[in-house]
Formats: sequence, structure tokens, C-alpha cells
Amino acid sequence: MPLRTDLKKILVIGSGPIVIGQAAEFDYAGTQACHALREEGIEVVLVNSNPATIMTDIDTADKVYVEPLTPEFVAQIIRQEKPDGLLATLGGQTGLNLAVKLHEMGVLEQEGVELLGTALSSIKQAEDREEFRSLMNVLGEPVPESEIVNTYEEAKAFAEELGFPIIIRPAYTLGGTGGGIAKDWAEYEEIVNLGLQLSPISQVLVERSIAGFKEVEYEVMRDKNDNCIVVCNMENFDPVGIHTGDSIVVAPSQTLSDHEYQMLRTSALTIIRALGIEGGCNVQFALDPDSFQYYLIEVNPRVSRSSALASKATGYPIAKIAAKIAIGYTLDEIINPVTKQTYACFEPALDYVVTKIPRWPFDKFVSAKRVLGTQMKATGEVMAIERSFEASLMKAVRSLEIGLDSLDLPGAEELDQEVLEKRLIMADDERLFLLAEAFKRNYTVEQLHDLTKIDEWFLVKVESIVRLLQSIAEQGLNEENFKRAKKWSITDSTIARYANISEEEVYASRLELGLRPVYKMVDTCAAEFDAATPYYYSAYEQEDEVAESTNKKVVVLGSGPIRIGQGIEFDYCSVHAVWGLKDAGYESIIINNNPETVSTDFSTSDRLYFEPLHIEDVMHVIDREQPEGVIVQFGGQTAINLAAPLAKRGVKILGTQLEDIDRAEDREKFDQLLTDLDIPRPQGKTVFTVEAAVEAANETDYPVVVRPSYVLGGRAMEIVYNEQDLLHYMHHAVKVNTEHPVLVDRYLTGLEIEVDAISDGETVLIPGIMEHVERAGVHSGDSIAVYPTQKLYPHLKETIIEYTTKIARALKIKGLLNIQYVVSKDQVYVIEVNPRSSRTVPFLSKVTGVPMVDVATRIIFGTSLAEQGYQNGLWPEPKEMVAVKVPVFSFAKLRRVDVTLGPEMKSTGEVMGQERTFAKALYKGLLAGGIDIPEYGTIIATVSDKDKEEALPILKGYANLGFRFLATQGTAALLREHGIAVTEVKKLAEGSPNLVDLLRQGKADMVINTLTRGKETTRDGFRIRREAVEHGIPCLTSLDTAEAMLEVLQSIRFSTIPLGAVNY
Amino acid sequence: MRARLILEDGTVFEGNAFGAEGESLGEVVFNTGMTGYQEVLTDPSYYGQIVTMTFPLIGNYGVNVDDIESNHPHVRGFVVREWSTHPSNWRNMGSLDQYLKTNNIIGIEGIDTRMLTKKIRVHGTMAGVITTQDLPVEEYVAKLNASGLLPRDQVAQVTTKSTYRSPGKNRRIVAMDFGMKAGVLRSLVARGCDVTVVPAHASAEEILNWKPHGVMLSNGPGDPADLNEIIETVRQLIGQVPIFGICLGHQLISLACGAKTGRLKFGHRGANHPVKDLLNGRCYITSQNHGYVVLPETLEGTGLELTHINQNDGSVEGVRHTEHPVFSVQYHPEARPGPDDSDYLFDRFMEMIEDHWEGK
Repeated sequence: MPLRTDLKKILVIGSGPIVIGQAAEFDYAGTQACHALREEGIEVVLVNSNPATIMTDIDTADKVYVEPLTPEFVAQIIRQEKPDGLLATLGGQTGLNLAVKLHEMGVLEQEGVELLGTALSSIKQAEDREEFRSLMNVLGEPVPESEIVNTYEEAKAFAEELGFPIIIRPAYTLGGTGGGIAKDWAEYEEIVNLGLQLSPISQVLVERSIAGFKEVEYEVMRDKNDNCIVVCNMENFDPVGIHTGDSIVVAPSQTLSDHEYQMLRTSALTIIRALGIEGGCNVQFALDPDSFQYYLIEVNPRVSRSSALASKATGYPIAKIAAKIAIGYTLDEIINPVTKQTYACFEPALDYVVTKIPRWPFDKFVSAKRVLGTQMKATGEVMAIERSFEASLMKAVRSLEIGLDSLDLPGAEELDQEVLEKRLIMADDERLFLLAEAFKRNYTVEQLHDLTKIDEWFLVKVESIVRLLQSIAEQGLNEENFKRAKKWSITDSTIARYANISEEEVYASRLELGLRPVYKMVDTCAAEFDAATPYYYSAYEQEDEVAESTNKKVVVLGSGPIRIGQGIEFDYCSVHAVWGLKDAGYESIIINNNPETVSTDFSTSDRLYFEPLHIEDVMHVIDREQPEGVIVQFGGQTAINLAAPLAKRGVKILGTQLEDIDRAEDREKFDQLLTDLDIPRPQGKTVFTVEAAVEAANETDYPVVVRPSYVLGGRAMEIVYNEQDLLHYMHHAVKVNTEHPVLVDRYLTGLEIEVDAISDGETVLIPGIMEHVERAGVHSGDSIAVYPTQKLYPHLKETIIEYTTKIARALKIKGLLNIQYVVSKDQVYVIEVNPRSSRTVPFLSKVTGVPMVDVATRIIFGTSLAEQGYQNGLWPEPKEMVAVKVPVFSFAKLRRVDVTLGPEMKSTGEVMGQERTFAKALYKGLLAGGIDIPEYGTIIATVSDKDKEEALPILKGYANLGFRFLATQGTAALLREHGIAVTEVKKLAEGSPNLVDLLRQGKADMVINTLTRGKETTRDGFRIRREAVEHGIPCLTSLDTAEAMLEVLQSIRFSTIPLGAVNY
Repeated sequence: MRARLILEDGTVFEGNAFGAEGESLGEVVFNTGMTGYQEVLTDPSYYGQIVTMTFPLIGNYGVNVDDIESNHPHVRGFVVREWSTHPSNWRNMGSLDQYLKTNNIIGIEGIDTRMLTKKIRVHGTMAGVITTQDLPVEEYVAKLNASGLLPRDQVAQVTTKSTYRSPGKNRRIVAMDFGMKAGVLRSLVARGCDVTVVPAHASAEEILNWKPHGVMLSNGPGDPADLNEIIETVRQLIGQVPIFGICLGHQLISLACGAKTGRLKFGHRGANHPVKDLLNGRCYITSQNHGYVVLPETLEGTGLELTHINQNDGSVEGVRHTEHPVFSVQYHPEARPGPDDSDYLFDRFMEMIEDHWEGK
């Protein structure tokens, strides 16, 4: 059945901000869907609140709405646009939930909008535990014994009957938020109660734990003619018990016989047929490692993270095909875009092994509970492709950018046996490396299987890697072990370490042996058909398949896995750089390893190399392709960090030059530059010892900002207020030595300003100056950014333009540049200069209309700003528009992480709000960010002594809007003293009912809590903040945010004050 | 130990030996299935062939006594990128290497199997030899290019020597064994059929003497056009009894009705081939293993109509007779290895039998 002709206009819903459990994969899916619809001549209207995406580019759809993804806003857009159809299955759980709400509100029916793809009834059947279970019973498909409960009492009865362990899954939450496995009554009570609170319908599923079974997923597709295919199956390295998003995953399955493979395949197809899925669907199974018994774990009736992985792993573009199915096509009518000669109705055959490893944020959240379970904690992932599992694993490990080039984890050898075994059993993010450590200690495969339940096939592979390296250490490097090591993609650096020779020596003898990788193609069909897709991976094999080309080529380095501090924004920039290259007449080559992104869609660049962003791998691509040069400024710090090693190997860095990058990044050189330019910066020092740090702090006076040099996303940065805290930091947070100095800077409190500029070395265009709502000290990525500035005096703005121009020229910037300033006492100071694209580039590009990356790319290829029609200075600011960028956090998913804003970045994503006034824009932004803004109700206020004076007028403002206060002694006294009604409540140590009890009972609608000094997580403030986050109550930890929120409330509400009141 | 794979065009792949030692000549083909290597090895249709698996890791789940399609492997040689020294699966009874040694099958590993696959795709199926011996390449190439390399009586090599029965309570089926996979028998037994398996050269009279309700024509190796005697037998059966043909059985039905067969450049071997059932418009993912194919233009006037086509290359995948209760498919509804999507064809066979004998 061909394209439906009744669908002229379709609304596509995106997935909103990046949060744990819902990341860049939906930008990829959504972008593909929009393209797939538009190439059929359909008018596409898009709504998504996330400005950092390719999806929300003005060119992606006919109309793009960057608005909050709430039913009200989307309903308004529907009424305005009157689309014929709604496509919601490509916007993750967010899109799906919105579609359900719009249907329930009756909007779809009223406006005559048809929900395309899988029907709502099917979605409900797949997502509602009870309906799903009863369907499985009808089909005879096994599900573990379980019960749906709405109270703890019901859950208790179930557990009494079944015994532990029991798995708890809240209904309708993202990435399994609030779920877990309970092994005893205490854990059970805690997790069940939390799950009940987090589930929007107060419902959790308690079920028999099948932890230890093999976890296998099938990515399946179905069309309305009942044609069904499996795109890919995947096997988890980690058995059932760890969320698949937190598991190491391989594709295709490795330890399943054909009988097992087909048994689960048949089951998956039976289920999607019964559900009536039209589009993509993910089915997760648990398979008993000792029999044919299997259980259904979950069905996701939509495109998911796993489907993005499956698409990249096979070359089969699931989202694109799902979109085509939604508009009437059947699988046998759609051409396979990879081979261009076969059809989408087939099952990809792989002739390589794919390994995915999650990227966790524990490097940022040192205090977070690292143990992995049913609640996903990873922010991103990497994927690697090779011809053997060993090689694919080794590639994936170094793609993670966690400072490891092998399975050797520094410090692992110091763990005592008990700790090692405990961490092997209770898996955390480092289990893979601890397995290697255990093999070094001569644990056997059987022992480790007993401890971890990981299939012996995988364990043998890990052991082989360990043994090979040991043999290199023992026998020295010989042709045999060398060849094997390279075949397993072990880096020269690792080999050098084990062979106890230099990396250069390893490299030289490798060339002598002719050990170089070739590039193979990902073609969906294991070479059965000719394919023209330039999607490559390296392998130490015989035949190279790279198409020869005499065109001028340029390499763009991508940004690797999504992590805190380096998000989807950089993928946006990489993609635009590729497009810019194409326009400039170059053949674009992208190197990246993140399977979620648009940049790794094989249709984005002329050539895609799915490779680690490790110098050895990057050099191999460069050796093979001989590009004119490499662009490093768009791939975040990942790419910038490769600039020096590339230049050292004679590779031309295009755009801003390495020495200039270094002048911005090296503290000493940077200080010198600012001194030469006569631009002030906060007084500070670089120290190499603890003693020197104390001395430097005394000189500048407390508070001081301390951080290791060369930071990424404010890693390990802290503001310390006294010597005791400083010593604690120096001893615990950093390892200071002559190679790793620490910077001690004066902490200037004031208005923080962020500027992105484009320069050709002469002309410096400033597309926009942004002002942060939160004062300096809160990481720029975690602050609410406002454009145009609201509080900055015009003369200071002039100063900032002047400084920016001077710095850009002095650094001979060719391309993008980002500078952060602080304005303190009418003086502008430079905090940081980043000689590259920044997090705010997509936001600013969208609100100003200046296509910043495209302009920068043209500069790199010699077209000056003047030639492009731009001039010096600030791009005209809009008169009647304000845009805010609001950070979004994933705190609910990360236990034990303090939610307080500080110099360490903690947010995972962002949303945008755009309106005529600041207050309205912020309102939209907060709403889009998922903050449930209470219009009235009760505020718990606990304000530290240092903030009391400043807090008073803000709290008074809330009181005037009718908010009630709960406060502990100190803050309560302050409020009473100033005539604000308050109910005094107990501190935690004072018994029940205390603040935490009240939060649990739902007696508060908002928390304003400012940080008491010190980091101990046992303090009341921490407990209160965590409790608020876990119950979905807005928790403001900066008075600036509280004040801005007050402004929002004042603008949407009226205050009621009697005549003659004082202190108005 | 070193092993070489030498193709008739002189291409040499150097790798490591596994399985048996020595040398073995055959037709080099590739299979794109990612699982099911033991079923492939024991499928009699691979008789005379050296099989390359395109998936690089083979032997991961070892070998067992259940996943066999006949009593022993029939391939002439086995080519993999890597065989698993430590297989892992609850049914595992030993490594692939040991299995091949036991069955005297020569294997080669550690070669660029993707390169080999591409070569076969471009040049078509080629003769080749796997050897652990040190003879010069030219000698092998000369041997490979000599005619008569491959036996023409492959079916005779793999068919059952004598008739055997698998009793059941439902319809009586006679299966002509041209190298029948166990899966075909299994699918019939699963439907309660009383099955009598007869040798390939059984006469029509012998077959009809069993008073069958239906006749099953199995899969098997080689060029169907060589099998004149069997074609004649099939011709005699058509119209007498409902017939279902699979793979070689399908080709024999077509030839018996007057259609012609030809050779595919490199065949269809794998578990992911899309086939469209023209009767219901649906597309199925099928398990395939064939190098010969029925030529569509020769179907005219044979009494056969096209019922299934390959979605990718449009080749003939199934036919049925317009007058008699006869139908056949080129692919493997019995799966093993591969998807079970086409299991419904056995039901169709049962329905055809019911319709035919109704009231008789």
C-alpha cells in the first residue's frame, strides 16, 4: 500500500531535554523522521523544547516550535496548525506520554488529528503492566510472576508469598526511574514507597527477580500488512538485573544457538503482531542460561535508545523506516537506503561484532551510588565495530574517554580481595576492569562466572586479553603476540607499557611488520549485495574497502559519548561543520563513536568512520584518507585535546592554530596574554603543593575557587570558604603534583556573562551576549542563561565587546570562541576562554538566526566575515524578544548526589523558552524543564546564615503572593522578626515530624535551601534537597533562581496587600 | 598449522587449519546466517560445497546432539574468520574443531572471509580447495579448472539407502529423500503425519503403493536438471496425489511440468531472504540454500503459476499447479537454521490434502 494521500501536514513531537534515560538518540530518530516525511512532500511541523538539537534546526521541518512539551502548549500548536496527523512514537517516552494526554484531553478528536504509527490502544497495552500481562497470558508468552500494587500493604503481601529477591518497577517512568531490586524487607519498603511516589499513577510492579538470566533484546518492525522483521538482536554482557541502558551490550547475540535465537525471534514477532505495532518496537527477554525457559521483560512500543543502537550497529535506519510506515508504506515497498537495490523488508546480516559500553557520570558525581541496578544511570554510550569481540571491546573501552586505553584500571591492584569480590557481585561502572584485575589475580573463568553470572564466553574473551598482555610482558614483543594484539585492537600505548618499550618503538616495528588496519563497510547484508554507503570501521584484515576519491577532503572530529559537560550541543556543531564543508566543496569525513547521534548517521557526512577518538585510531583514518586537514573546534574538549598530538604527527589543524589554542588553555600563557591585553581576571595562582595552595588562598583571601588545571565542565572545581575546607579539597578531590597543578583563584561574586563569538582573525562578530540568572560560582552549564542581557549596564556591555574582540584577535581565532566573564563592582573580569564551539552555540544560533557553525566553517576555508556580509561587533539584539536557556538535571536517577548548584556542572540537558518578556520566557523555560511551578502553597525555607539578609526580600515576595512557610528555628526566627507568618518545624535531629517527614507527606510545594558549607552528605540540607528531588518538588538552591522564579510568579499572578502595609 | 584456501582463479587465502587435515575440493559458497552453523554443516544440500560463514565468530555455542539436520556433516570444507576455542551454552558438548575432526571435515580459519565473500559475489561461485599440504598453487589451480571436479550424482550420495517409517496418527505422507533435512520430517511429524521416507530413486509405483495422502519432495544438493529419472517419477505423481516440494523438490516439480532451471551467480544462502507470497501479498523472511533456480519465463504453459517471488532479485520462490494439488517453494519453511515464518506452508499442505481427499 503506497503513500497515503490524505496526509498533507504532520506534527512531529520531539523528546525534549537530554536526561538520563532519554538522550541524543531521539534527536537522531526525530531528525530522520522529519527528513523521511518531507521527502514525500508532506508538510512537517515540529515541536521540541530542546534547542541543542539538529531536530530543532529551522531547516529540519517546515515549521519548528521550540516550546514546552506540555499538553497545553502542544494542544495550542495543534489548534493553530491543524495538522492531519500526529507522529509521537519517535519522541521517546515523552512523546508517547504527550500523545496519550492529548488523546485523553480530547484534543486529537476535536481537531481531527489522527495519531500515526502504532495505535494508542496498542501503546497502552504494551505499557500498562496489567494489560500487558493479560495479553501475554492469552498468547502463552511467559512473564515472571508479578503483581501490580498501589500500596505498600499489597506489595508486602506479595513478598510474603514469594520471598526475595523481588524487582520493583514503577509504572510510566523514564529509564526505570525509581525501580530497583530488593533483597530484604528494608530495601523493599524503601524502593516500593519511592516507586509509588514517582509513578504518575502511583502504581508499581513487583515481580520475581530473574537476575542472572541472559538478557537479550530484539529490535523489531511491523507494518500494517503484518509484515514483520527483526532488525537486530542484542545480548547483554551483564545478565538480567542491570538496566539494559547501563549494560555492556553486544550485537548480534553471541551465545545463543539458532534454536534459541529463533525461539525468541518468533516470540517477539508474535507479541508485536498481537499488539498491532506499526513501526519500530523493542522487546526484551530474559533467557535461562540452563534451559529454553525464557521470560518477557519489557516491550517498548516505539523507537528507543536500543533502536538507535541497532540502527548504527546494522546500518538499517529504523526511525526513517518507522516514519515511512506511519504514512502508509509497507516494508516491501521501501528501498533499503544502504544497498539502494534491496528492500527494507529483510533482516540485516552482520559480519562484525558491535559492542556498546555506557558512559556514566560518576567522574562528576563522586558521591553518587555507583552500583548498577534496574534504574539507568548512564548519560551516554559508545559503540565500537570490529571483526572480533576482543577488538570491538577494546575499541569501545578507549572510546569512553575515561583515561583508559586498556582494561587496566589504576588502583585496582590495591583493592583487597573482599572488596574486589563484592564489587564483582554488586556490579558498578568499573566491573569490566575489575574482571580483568581478577584474572590478573588468577581467578578462573568458573569462579568469576559464579560471582557475576556473566556468560563464560565473554569471560574467556576478557581473560584472553589479560593473558595476551601478560605474555607480551613476559616474553617481550614478538611477531605472534604483536599480530594478535593488533588484531584485538590493543593500542600501541598499551603494548608499549607491557613490553616496556616506548610507544614510538612499538609504532616503528609495527610499520616494519606492515601491521595496519584496513577499513570495512557496514552494509546491512554481510557483503551479499553491493553497497555504496560510506560507513566504515577499521579492522586488521586483508582487504580495504574505502572508495578511492581524488576530491579535497577534510576530517571533522566528533565529540564522543554524551557526558555531563559535553552534551548533544557538540554533535549539533559537528553536523553543521560537515554541512558547511559540503557547501565549501570539500568531501566531509567524520570520526565519531556515539551511536545515538545525528553525526553518526551515515547520510550526514560523505564518509563516516565509526572509530574511537583516540590518537592512534584517528591517525589511521588520516593516513588512509590523506585529508587537507582536521577540524577540531566543533567536537568539544574531546576534539580539542587531540589537536596537539595530531599536530605533533604533522597533521594540519584547520581554523584556530594549536599554539593559540594552547595560549587559551595553558594557565601561564593565558595570564600573560591577558596582562599584555590589559584585561583583568580574578587574582589567582597556580600551585604544585598543598602548602602553596594554603599560601595562595591566604594571599587572595577567602573564598577562593580551586580546581585542577585543564578542566572539562568544571570538573572537580569548588568554592572553599576557609582553610579547613581547602585542605579537605586538596587532600581528597585532587592529586596535586608537579605535573598536575591546582589553580587557586579569588572567588568574585557577581553577574556572570557568557559570550560566543566568531572571528576570522580580523573581524570579530559577536552573535550574542548572554547573562546568567545565577551569579558566578554556579557553573555556566547549570545556570539559566538569558538573551539578550537584562541587567548588564550598556557601558559594561561595551567593555565586554571590546575585550572579546581583543582576545579573539590576539588569539588569532579562526572560527568560534567562547568567553565567560564576571561583572563585579562595575568591573569586568575574564574567567575563562574556550577557543572552540561551546554549549551555547546551538541556542544562540537559533535565537539570533546567525548560523554560527556554518559561518565559522566558511572562515576556516578562507571566506572572511566581511565577504560573508558580517561586520565587527555585536549582532543587533531583538527589542521584543527574550530567550532563556534553562538547564535540566537528572538528579532523581542518581542517588546520593547533592543537587546544590555550584562550580561543578551537574545538568544533563537544556530547554529553551522564548517570549516577549523575561518573566514569560522564564516561565516557559521552567515549564519546559519539567519544573512544576507552584502558583500557591507551602515553601520550606532553610537559608544559611550568610544568605539571610539577601533572602529576606525574596521570601517576603513569596509571602505577598500568598505562599506559606515552613522553616526550622533560624530561618523561622528571621521570618517572624520581619512579620512573615511561618510554621516552625523540627530539624532532622529533633525527632518527628521533621522537614523530611513533611516532604514525604507531600506537605510542601517548593523548597528554597541554600548551602551550608561543607560537603558531608549527612547534613540536614542535603537530606532535604534529596528528599525534594525524589518527590519531584522544585528545589531552589540559589537565591538568584528563587528571585527569578518569584518574578515569574509575580508576572502570572497578582499580589494582594492591604492598604497601608509597610515594607511593600 | 597453516592452511590455504585456493580458488580456481588463483586467489590464495592463508590461514590456520582447524578440523581435519589434508585437502578437500569443492564449490565455494557463502552463508550469511549469523547462527545455525551446525545445521548448515549437516544440511545434505551442502554436499560437495566448501561453505564460508560471513559472520566472523563461529562455534560460540559449541555443538550438540539436537541441532543436526542429518547424521553427519556434508560440506567439503568449512571457512570461518574465527572459531571459538571456548564455546559456551548449556547444550554444548564440544568445540567445533573437535566436531570437524571427528567427522573428517577440513576447516580454515583466520582469513578475511568478507573479502572472500565479495570475491564470490563479483565472480560468482567458484571451485576451491582447502589444503594443509604444501603443494604449489598452480597444481591446485589446474586441478580446480579441470572439468568433472564435482560429482553429478550428489543426490545419490545423500539420499537414504532404504525406506524407513516414522509412524503417526494423521495423514500418510511419503517423503522422497533427496538429501532431506531432519527439519522437514520434524515439521510433518509435528502435524501428526505418518511419514514414510523413501530413497530418491523410488518409482512412482513404489510410492503410490504406500497409499499416501500426500507426497513431500525434499531439499537436496546439485543441479536438478541432471535428475531425469526422478523428474519422470515426479511427472507420474502429479495428479495422483497432493504434492509439496521444498528447494530441490520445488525445482523438480517445475522441471516435471516443463519449466527450466538455471544457475544463480552466487546463490541464496542464509536466513534473511525476503519472499513475497503473491497469494496474500505478505512478505516473509525465509531460510534459503540454493544455487539453482526456476526460470520465470519458462513457467508459461506448464500449468504452473508463480506464487512466491524473491523481494530482492525477483527470482522464482514458489509455484503451484493450476489444475492439480501441487505446490512448492524454493526456500525452507522447516527453518533450521533460520526463521519459522513460513511454517504455515506445512499447514497449507495439510489443508490441500484435506481438500483433495474430502469425500473420496
